[in-house]
Amino acid sequence: MTIETDLYVKMQDICKTFGEVRANHNISFEVHRGEIYALLGENGAGKSTLMNILSGIYTPDSGRIYVHGEEKHFTTPSQSIEAGIGMIYQHFKLVDPLTATENIILGQKGHFLLNKRALSRRIHELADQYGFSIDPNKQAYDMSVSEKQTVEILKVLYRGADILILDEPTAVLTPQETKKLFDVMRAMKKQGCAIVIITHKLNEVMEISDWVSVMRKGETVGTIKTSETTPTELTNMMVGKTVSLSIHRPEAKKEPGVFKVTDLCVRDKEGVLRLDHINFELNGGEILGVAGVAGSGQKQLCEALTGLQPLESGSIHFRGRDMAGLSPREISLSGISVSFIPEDRLGMGLVANMDMVDNIILRDYYRQKTFLLHRRPSEEKAERLVTTLNIQTPGVHHAVKKLSGGNIQKVLLGREIACDPNVIITAYATRGLDVGSSHVVYELLNKQKTKGVAILYFGEDLDVLLELSDRIMVLCNGRISGIVDPNQVDKEALGFMMSGARKLDREDWV
Amino acid sequence: MLSDFLVAAIVAGTPLLFAVLGEIFAERSGKLNLGLEGMMLMGAVVGFQVGLSTSQVGLALLSAMIAGGAGALIFAVLTITLRSNQVVTGLALTMFGMGFSSFVGKNLVGEALPETIKLFFQPYPIPFLCNIPFLGPILFARDPLVYGGYAAVIIGSLYLYRTRCGLHLRAVGENTAAADAAGIRVTLYQYVHVVLGGILCGLGGAYLSLVDVPAWQDNITAGRGWIAIALVIFCKWNPWVVFLGAYLFGGLDIIGFRLQRFDIPISQYIIDMLPYLVTILILVISSVRKSRGSAGPAEMGHPYFREEK
Repeated sequence: MTIETDLYVKMQDICKTFGEVRANHNISFEVHRGEIYALLGENGAGKSTLMNILSGIYTPDSGRIYVHGEEKHFTTPSQSIEAGIGMIYQHFKLVDPLTATENIILGQKGHFLLNKRALSRRIHELADQYGFSIDPNKQAYDMSVSEKQTVEILKVLYRGADILILDEPTAVLTPQETKKLFDVMRAMKKQGCAIVIITHKLNEVMEISDWVSVMRKGETVGTIKTSETTPTELTNMMVGKTVSLSIHRPEAKKEPGVFKVTDLCVRDKEGVLRLDHINFELNGGEILGVAGVAGSGQKQLCEALTGLQPLESGSIHFRGRDMAGLSPREISLSGISVSFIPEDRLGMGLVANMDMVDNIILRDYYRQKTFLLHRRPSEEKAERLVTTLNIQTPGVHHAVKKLSGGNIQKVLLGREIACDPNVIITAYATRGLDVGSSHVVYELLNKQKTKGVAILYFGEDLDVLLELSDRIMVLCNGRISGIVDPNQVDKEALGFMMSGARKLDREDWV
Repeated sequence: MLSDFLVAAIVAGTPLLFAVLGEIFAERSGKLNLGLEGMMLMGAVVGFQVGLSTSQVGLALLSAMIAGGAGALIFAVLTITLRSNQVVTGLALTMFGMGFSSFVGKNLVGEALPETIKLFFQPYPIPFLCNIPFLGPILFARDPLVYGGYAAVIIGSLYLYRTRCGLHLRAVGENTAAADAAGIRVTLYQYVHVVLGGILCGLGGAYLSLVDVPAWQDNITAGRGWIAIALVIFCKWNPWVVFLGAYLFGGLDIIGFRLQRFDIPISQYIIDMLPYLVTILILVISSVRKSRGSAGPAEMGHPYFREEK
């Protein structure tokens, strides 16, 4: 079968199931030369599965794939690479102890003996051609996120790929880095590459793509020209119903300085200073948003505030009481109720293999006086949560890991809120959740805020941070670049502060 | 005196050298094979038996390597294809090797090796190199398998760090999913290097029964397979360091025997414990001083399944 040469990829009626989950159902998808395609959909819509099929990681159950007019049956990634397809994974596939050069040439055929100098030179040339700057001898674990992404892109270009797939490439980048990436993508497009970008960020779709395909629950909802659609139309296609995109920010009565952090410093196990003199106050009845590039000290701050991380110096006061150096149990027994919604829900937040009841008991079993545990009160609590939060589960005795991401988060949030917290610390509370579930989370937090709870909200989506928070604190390399009023800044400004290009003086913090 | 001791250390260290090098290859592919002791015993008993009945050195060594490789192949099928637990499978392989060698070796106790084999393993001084003062006669007037050990370490190191296949092997052990996505044939690499590890272990075992001892005795390895596993950590998975590690422990192995004539007021048994005590010491030091790269290949011990969600 021959078709016009501009048609680079044609996928026809692709089906793929994992166990009982229908990840892809009769999906057809086309990619043409010199155009950028956005694949849009919520988490679990099947975008990544479809692209993993194209890159040979998964084998489809049925359907046909044509690349450059030839039918292909990929059973391994190497066959897909040979056909000119290059995938840039969301979770970078780099080997940490290897250098940039070694990572780039990995899996490629060539001389048995490696000539490192010649290879480095070749990679320098390639980087110059597309306007990247790179140190070929840097090891992957010393690289920043955006450097790692550069290596991933060069890896694909080095193999001579003309069909590029980028899986959520901007999730970990600052707005400035994103802009640079988009420039590179446009350059590649001009050189005749076909590009697919997987994303769930609407503004990026509108900015970069020529065409957009919307997926929902494993099926394609439609493919439209980007210039002929609007973000609202795309959202409705994505979710399947009309939703409001705006996040509500209720006013609440503030109790100033409930939580006060002074000169907090934290070193990690390797002795690196991860938090460097952190100073801030958190008021009751407010949501303080925390923005920052991944690895700026968010994890250490969360864990320092909850008593999980030993402090190098500094103090943490709750209503005037020093709680620095106390363990989580001691904090709780001293009458301060801190709720922590960690980033790793199923690792740190809940015990994945236990059911709702046992997970609830874990939070307060030590308050029971008897030797044997009373399960009944926790069972009742679990059932109340199921009804009030509308948790989709076959029953309270179902292992929590078997629930969907949104429901898992509802269990965790519900349990924590049921403890009547004074302070809530949430890290990436909506990561991996779809639009609907995310809004439930925002509503729950807002409700707590109006009750006077002090909330620290670590977020990665700047749009959400700007809408939800009462104030935003920006972290950069373990320091605070400033605390700002979301009504007076835009994403651009936050981006500069996240990258450390701009810092506010203490007097200018709100 | 000292040179005698060093010569004996090199001879005693050679079985360790082969086993450690073999295990480095297996672990670099992400497979932790604890069956070293078993594979060495299989190589030792098969090599001795074949040497005894054929008087052919080549055949004896070849069959020892096949025996070790076969043991590793069992491990590879179980852990790579069937994704069974590597620790338990390795322990089972050790027990299998011990039983197998005791069974086959029953009639070998007290048998003397043919003269042809003993002749083959006499020292061959290398011209010029053996004239180096002091070190020359120690390092370069040895039997052919000691030279084989030198060659194995040098070739193994160059292979791991200077060739494309070596790069791919390191990638498989450090991040299997990334290696797979880069189009490297992960399963093939794992099979080849696990089996290569077994082959080298078999050879190490044969050196023990044919040259070092040289006779058959039950459980001839006496824990050398376990020491080799600890030595891999000592060497930080770097084949170059195997020279140091293997000969150092070879020295510790024989030091008790050598010290006997000096009438030292320490019990013989305490001195015989030395290699094992130092092994424990090394493990303690290496886990206290946890620096980057000393933790071993990141994927070691984990099964890999491409379509895992």
